[in-house]
Amino acid sequence: MELVLLLFIFTLAAFLGFELIAKVPSQLHTPLMSGSNAISGITIVGAITATGMSDSMIAQCLGFVALVLATINVVGGYFVTDRMLAMFKKKEKAPK
Amino acid sequence: MSGVLLNIAYIAAAVLFIFGIKMLGSAGTARRGNLISAAGMLLAVVVTLMKSGMDYQWIWIGLGVGTIIGFVWAKVVKMTGMPELVALFNGFGGIASVFVAWAEYQKYFSEGGILGIENDTFTAVVIVVATWIGALTFSGSIIAWGKLSGKIGGSPTILPNQRLIAVVLALLSIASVVAFGWMPDGPIGYGIFFAVLVAGIGLGIFGVLPIGGGDMPVVISLLNSLSGLAASAAGFAIQNNVLIVAGCLVGCSGLILTLIMCKAMNRNLANVLFSGFGSTGASAEGEEVEGEMKAASTSDAYYVLEAAQSVVIIPGYGMAVAQAQHAVKELGDLLEENGAEVFYAIHPVAGRMPGHMNVLLAEADVPYEQLVEMDSINPRMPSVDVAIVIGANDVVNPAASDDSASPIYGMPIIKANEARTVYALKRGKGAGFSGLVNKLYFLEKTRMLYGDAKETVTALVSEFKK
Repeated sequence: MELVLLLFIFTLAAFLGFELIAKVPSQLHTPLMSGSNAISGITIVGAITATGMSDSMIAQCLGFVALVLATINVVGGYFVTDRMLAMFKKKEKAPK
Repeated sequence: MSGVLLNIAYIAAAVLFIFGIKMLGSAGTARRGNLISAAGMLLAVVVTLMKSGMDYQWIWIGLGVGTIIGFVWAKVVKMTGMPELVALFNGFGGIASVFVAWAEYQKYFSEGGILGIENDTFTAVVIVVATWIGALTFSGSIIAWGKLSGKIGGSPTILPNQRLIAVVLALLSIASVVAFGWMPDGPIGYGIFFAVLVAGIGLGIFGVLPIGGGDMPVVISLLNSLSGLAASAAGFAIQNNVLIVAGCLVGCSGLILTLIMCKAMNRNLANVLFSGFGSTGASAEGEEVEGEMKAASTSDAYYVLEAAQSVVIIPGYGMAVAQAQHAVKELGDLLEENGAEVFYAIHPVAGRMPGHMNVLLAEADVPYEQLVEMDSINPRMPSVDVAIVIGANDVVNPAASDDSASPIYGMPIIKANEARTVYALKRGKGAGFSGLVNKLYFLEKTRMLYGDAKETVTALVSEFKK
């Protein structure tokens, strides 16, 4: 049952993902990609669990490596996206 | 924190991601959207930390180290270095999912194996699929990073038996995934696990190496999609719904973006991935080009520009390489002061990343309203006095519309050739990045301005200021 539920969630999320960005102006393609790239760092949640709750030493080490890399992905991804979008925003406030 | 509360918090995080992605899709709300999605991530991380029975020591170290590296990296990178940084971060996300899946496997392994637990085959398969996709994303992103940053040649690299090796790796991947589902335990299981890891890494390398620089926007967004799917698969492995949902959202929205890019080049995904575009002796194909390229000086160009009533600037990768965006903006402003109407025509796949040119011009403070997309500028091109092509090549090559033998035939282009006069800024006389001869350069109305794009534009600017 649990398994079917997870697949159910996956399927719905897939449809949602397709619908969400059907019409994005091309000027936002880069921030959108970079921003969604940061979201894919959600694997950080798995890394935290593996680092903090593993009985096996090896699993803990693997989790730690995952944690560092995923954190770089998340933190770097969000900041870089924000930097890009800040440049876009500046001009909206000061139209010619 | 109890499991129910934890899952409710995860649902809230997923909702924030959904709103975040939605808002990233329109200009006015994009920045807030990114913050909302970041808040979702923070929520997911915080509630995970509150799980009972955590051993925090290594978590803090890992979070601290990653945060510092990520923060500094994101702050110091130049805007022109953005594509490769996004590629690199993407690779990190992919390999992180590999390690998460691996740690999960190791956990089962040390507890006596996967077989016999509930849904054993399914668990084994999702672990190994997460590993495979993550490994593929990682090595593919690293190669893309190398190409974008110029560490390895940007042109398509065809190794001997390229296609054969790719097919073998693909078959090995499928076979070992199936085999792992069959017998995930013991030394044999671990061996198969490593085979999957190696096959994934190999496939990423051999898949991306033969793809030319011009196709990079497609590759980057596809890899972005894959890193999401890797996270989603890792979510199945550890039975975590926020990983499944967030990963799947990224996977699917990335796929949409990939298809948009492909459409902009009038090619399908398979064609981009498997054709090794531009690697054949492209100039041998297609019609012979008649005429010659006529060079001009910046002072010649100045007289024409000074008299122009409407000017369209068409930027390409060359502008990014020369970091000419600020000089270009200055030239645009001077032209406007001079009474001309100035537009920047952006091709959807100009540059090396989706929307690359928009980011650079935004950095230089070019107003939104002056950036126009291909479809809205093309009908107006015949009435444009001067088109200035700055380091763009294939996206203005008329061969795409009139030479059915050309490899880029059918790709929508910005019709610079319809403007009354064309100035093309180009580094040297050689063929462009893709190795194709650009017919635009040989037209009677075209003048070439050779040299570094930034220097050329700066020279034009100083002509105006004289």
